[in-house]
Amino acid sequence: MTQPKPASTPSQEFESVLSGSAREVASFDGPGKTFMQRGREFLHGNPAAVPLIVLLVSLVVFGVLVGSKFFSAFALTLILQQVAITGIVATAQTLVILTAGIDLSVGAIMVLSSVVMGQFTFRYGLPAELAVLCGFAVGGLCGFINGFLIAYVRLPPFIVTLGMWQVILATNFLYSANETIRAQDISAGAPILQFFGQNVRFGGAVFTYGVITFVVLVMLLWYVLNHTAWGRHVYAIGDDPDAAELSGVRVKPILVSVYVLSGIICALAGWALIGRLGSVSPTAGQFANIESITAVVIGGISLFGGRGSILGTMFGALIVGVFALGLRLWGTDPQWTYLMIGVLIIAAVAIDQWIRKAAA
Amino acid sequence: MNATVQPILTARGLVKRYGRVTALDHADFDLYPGEILAVIGDNGAGKSTLIKALSGAVSADEGEMRLDGKPIHFRSPMDARAAGIETVYQNLALSPALSIADNMFLGRELRKPGVLGSVFRMLDRTAMEKTAREKLSELGLMTIQNIGQAVETLSGGQRQGVAVARAAAFGSKVIIMDEPTAALGVKESRRVLDLIQDVKARGMPIVLISHNMPHVFEVADRIHIHRLGRRLAVIKPSDYTMSDAVALMTGAMKPPTEMAAA
Repeated sequence: MTQPKPASTPSQEFESVLSGSAREVASFDGPGKTFMQRGREFLHGNPAAVPLIVLLVSLVVFGVLVGSKFFSAFALTLILQQVAITGIVATAQTLVILTAGIDLSVGAIMVLSSVVMGQFTFRYGLPAELAVLCGFAVGGLCGFINGFLIAYVRLPPFIVTLGMWQVILATNFLYSANETIRAQDISAGAPILQFFGQNVRFGGAVFTYGVITFVVLVMLLWYVLNHTAWGRHVYAIGDDPDAAELSGVRVKPILVSVYVLSGIICALAGWALIGRLGSVSPTAGQFANIESITAVVIGGISLFGGRGSILGTMFGALIVGVFALGLRLWGTDPQWTYLMIGVLIIAAVAIDQWIRKAAA
Repeated sequence: MNATVQPILTARGLVKRYGRVTALDHADFDLYPGEILAVIGDNGAGKSTLIKALSGAVSADEGEMRLDGKPIHFRSPMDARAAGIETVYQNLALSPALSIADNMFLGRELRKPGVLGSVFRMLDRTAMEKTAREKLSELGLMTIQNIGQAVETLSGGQRQGVAVARAAAFGSKVIIMDEPTAALGVKESRRVLDLIQDVKARGMPIVLISHNMPHVFEVADRIHIHRLGRRLAVIKPSDYTMSDAVALMTGAMKPPTEMAAA
């Protein structure tokens, strides 16, 4: 056996100069950092800060431009009501995107689930509570198919969910025979389906149960993502699935669970959608997939996975809502809203790329 | 020493085929307690497959492995970890966006005691960060100031340090290190070699895979030379020169007969 050498005594000839070299392996927060670098590191550590700042600034700007018509409890809570459905779907999308995937079928799952809830109640005469559970089961099943194909058959998430989007939407139209269940029938026969349309009021502020559910869901998922092993594993998988596997994360089952949970959350959004519309319509929520991805991207979640906070998704959804209502109350053509959202999406991704450089 | 001490980890007659390629051709392997065993071999000699078999990443088609004399069968790296064999992979297997503490406990997180842990599945961050800090301090790695900082903000050597500290913290029997100095500069390589000596000084046997002959000859107690899918010879670095080792591993020199039997 060779004698163990005392630590830090260079053994190779070319290393003899090392004893005179700087001792620190690397230094952090040295004095040579510019304001920009510090700002970038702050944003890197707090990924929800950018959308929060944008949200607050846009609130102030529209408050100044439009005045009290916009800056009232009623209008501000109206924004919440308008983004609640998209927001709930966007939380599902966030989970998937954090694993470096994408779910194009979220809107279709939402609509199919709401149709199942309605049709099971009115076509088969099931108790509405049971029909709601069936809707959740359908949402979870759709998510499971997505997750299985992605994790075990190893197909790309984009392709799987693009296909499932069409499959689920077609199923939805075939099954429902394109039939809408009217609002008055639902409130007469199965008011629990409209549960999320009920509201509580504080003065001018109106909070529907859908809005409250959205905010509670975000808080719940924030806790799960940051303070449970499952949540950390979701981030690790999005970061580097091979590294996660080698360090002991059970990548495939967790990927499946993410898509199943996404499907179940979409079913919840479907239930909330009935509350918002009053009726069950197989043609509702056509753009929920794109709107949810928009909220996620503006919320600073990286499409490459593993980075971002679900709080950012909430802010992202609210930013879209603030721009939509603010521009409408200001009296512009609605196309300006889409134009602004488009600019925001590109800006958000550009900022994400810039922040990522803080890591390099 | 080999006559009386029982090896801690052995493999006999390991065979692994990938289609028509035979990566392991009845390979043997012995690791003794407290030693650093270097594994060297040319590209394609099958040393990665051997290491993967030992660390549970692949399972051999034939042959048997024993840990502490007991037969072992690994179906995944998790099995090997559960048995006390930790591996520091060449790519480190760290998640860049997660913190140092989160990375060290990835896949074996600690939960809070009581209802918070059992019902709400809440992670015990305080305990994990405390342990992580202790393990890094033990290895003299506390130039890392904030245990909560993301791994991607660390230098290459520090990342290697985190990966080694993770293995040292959880490995109870054997630590396998795959090319730990391959991606590092001179100074950082020195830090990692010191780390390896530190881990060894605590009595942990280490399997070191490396192409870097000076590093191998500096730290290894014995050198396992792998060639054409099997163990060609085991030499002591004091008895041979680096060029001998390279000659053996590339086939330019025939192994002495008594060594081939070792």
